[in-house]
Amino acid sequence: MKAFSTHTGVGIPLRRSNVDTDQIIPAVYLKRISRTGFEDGLFAAWRADPAFVLNDEAYRAGSVLVAGPDFGTGSSREHAVWALMDYGIRVVISPRFADIFRGNAGKGGLLAAQVTSDDDELLLKWLENHPGDSVSVDLAEQRITCGPLSIAFQIDPYTKWRLLEGLDDIALTLRHADSITQFEATRSALLPAVGAPEA
Amino acid sequence: MGRTMAEKVWDAHVVHRAEGEPDLLYIDMHLIHEVTSPQAFEGLRQAGRPVRRPDLTLATEDHNVPTLDIDRPIADATSRKQVETLRANCAEFGIRLYPMGDAEQGIVHVVGPQRGLTQPGMTIVCGDSHTSTHGAFGALAFGIGTSEVEHVLATQTLPLRPFKTMAITVTGELPHGVSSKDLILAVIAKIGTGGGQGYVLEYRGEAIRALSMEARMTICNMSIEAGARAGMIAPDQTTFDYIKGREHAPTGVDWDAAVERWTGFVTDDDAVFDAEVVIDGSALTPFVTWGTNPGQGAPLSASVPDPESFADEGERQAAQRALAYMDLEAGTRLRDIRVDTVFLGSCTNGRIEDLRAAADVVRGRTIDPKVRMLVVPGSMRVKAQAEREGLDKVFTDFGAEWRSAGCSMCLGMNPDQLKPGERCASTSNRNFEGRQGKGGRTHLVSPVVAAATAVRGTLSAPADLEPLSALVG
Ligand code: SF4
Repeated sequence: MKAFSTHTGVGIPLRRSNVDTDQIIPAVYLKRISRTGFEDGLFAAWRADPAFVLNDEAYRAGSVLVAGPDFGTGSSREHAVWALMDYGIRVVISPRFADIFRGNAGKGGLLAAQVTSDDDELLLKWLENHPGDSVSVDLAEQRITCGPLSIAFQIDPYTKWRLLEGLDDIALTLRHADSITQFEATRSALLPAVGAPEA
Repeated sequence: MGRTMAEKVWDAHVVHRAEGEPDLLYIDMHLIHEVTSPQAFEGLRQAGRPVRRPDLTLATEDHNVPTLDIDRPIADATSRKQVETLRANCAEFGIRLYPMGDAEQGIVHVVGPQRGLTQPGMTIVCGDSHTSTHGAFGALAFGIGTSEVEHVLATQTLPLRPFKTMAITVTGELPHGVSSKDLILAVIAKIGTGGGQGYVLEYRGEAIRALSMEARMTICNMSIEAGARAGMIAPDQTTFDYIKGREHAPTGVDWDAAVERWTGFVTDDDAVFDAEVVIDGSALTPFVTWGTNPGQGAPLSASVPDPESFADEGERQAAQRALAYMDLEAGTRLRDIRVDTVFLGSCTNGRIEDLRAAADVVRGRTIDPKVRMLVVPGSMRVKAQAEREGLDKVFTDFGAEWRSAGCSMCLGMNPDQLKPGERCASTSNRNFEGRQGKGGRTHLVSPVVAAATAVRGTLSAPADLEPLSALVG
């Protein structure tokens, strides 16, 4: 996983609440078995509308997405994070994220920055009135700057540390392989097992 | 101080705990399907890691499978590729798989419980948000993303932060004709699609205790639509009776020991929940959605709300957009909304009791000539059971299509899709824009409302139907 420290890029004002994962990447794109190349599916339905923000030349190359509350609700599909990242988004800003999305983002290296509703509104307004303006995000300082705005954001300390270090989950856990083996030795014998596949 | 059942299950699975780190939790059962697993296996291969516990991992094919002509190869190339990839991965890593056409194949959340693999006190995960279904047994069960799937495959554990707990107490007795689907839709409309965020919901109270296992599964299934991570219901005699005799249920002396163990996974009397909601079950009526998120619902007797009636600006805008997408006008009586499609199925309402309830409504009647109805059992076992009971005949005589098991029209990923502009009364769990096919419009309903709607062609409850005696006489 790529480490994240600071990022500066064009801000995209997505003035919508409840942006669910079916909108971020419609189910039809989930059929792929690769880990990359999902950018064409990002907001596919909305992009068919010429008035959609990503179809505006000023925002097209944006990498910091500013959305309304409850971003990433719905299905747990991690493809939503991949699609955002494949498109080039490195940061999503929202007053509230769906839990699963927030978790998936942290694991994939996408920064989900939570701000207050008021600050979110200020950012949206600024970007709408200044198309193509950049947003800078400093993870260590937990600060977003854009035009005259300087805004603090929330992130849990653990996700922050992992993003800063670019640490892979499995490698972290395998440091505790002995504890896992020990735990397995004490599991109740009553618990079910599937068994091996039939030959 | 006492603990809630969610906390007890959690505590019983902590492998490693350290200050400032998430707990490392052991996973008792890992269910996988073709959509969220390919990249996880790709990751394992890239890193040269094996699957730690293939014996605690079970795979089934569900999201992509067609529900017709299942003995033929899947026509859609990408769907076929996903399914073939799952088969190759399961073969390579030694994982048991129920492929399309197998007597045990079905939707992943129907397969686990019906084999007796879902038991109280377990931790169960799957790369699918509706894993919350299994919480009906008193298991801590939740959906995970693909990199977590890879993590569980490699380590049989997950690093997790504790959830908050919320008690949803449903008092009284559900009136006749009101199902657990109506109840959960009403809960979501009450607490909102974000209301459960960060919580494990525990459903309790007399109305919940009176429900069958399958009805409980419907409720826990849709916990995720309230934003919750999981839903749980304390195990009781109903739970034990359901598990007993199934393939993976303990037997003999083990059974008694297991029941004793399971009985411990209930909330202590002095436990404190982080939040509590109380709902009067006896006041509920059939409930349907009018909008494009599961919180946008209302009693069937109501009308499409006026967006202006929402105090919250965000909700007002969301309602406006929803009405535009749904092509509905404020003030239209929900009962007057005409549909062209009815879908009975999914992991929410594709179990045998759901099919029985719907069959009881349509038996001896004829479908509205302009309506197409798909009946899709949640698993091949449900299908076989229904056919033994003659339910397939009831549905086909009525004029519905009888299909094989799969996710089907719950999501636009297999051949069963809505066309743009089509309107569907669906027993599934999500009414998002385009969920059932691009441009399709979804009203979430219970199985009996779906059935009555197919009879009348407009959103209806069984109470709206003319008595059969009148039709015969
Ligand atoms: S039936 Fe629908 S909700 Fe359930 S697993 Fe399949 S796609 Fe997901």
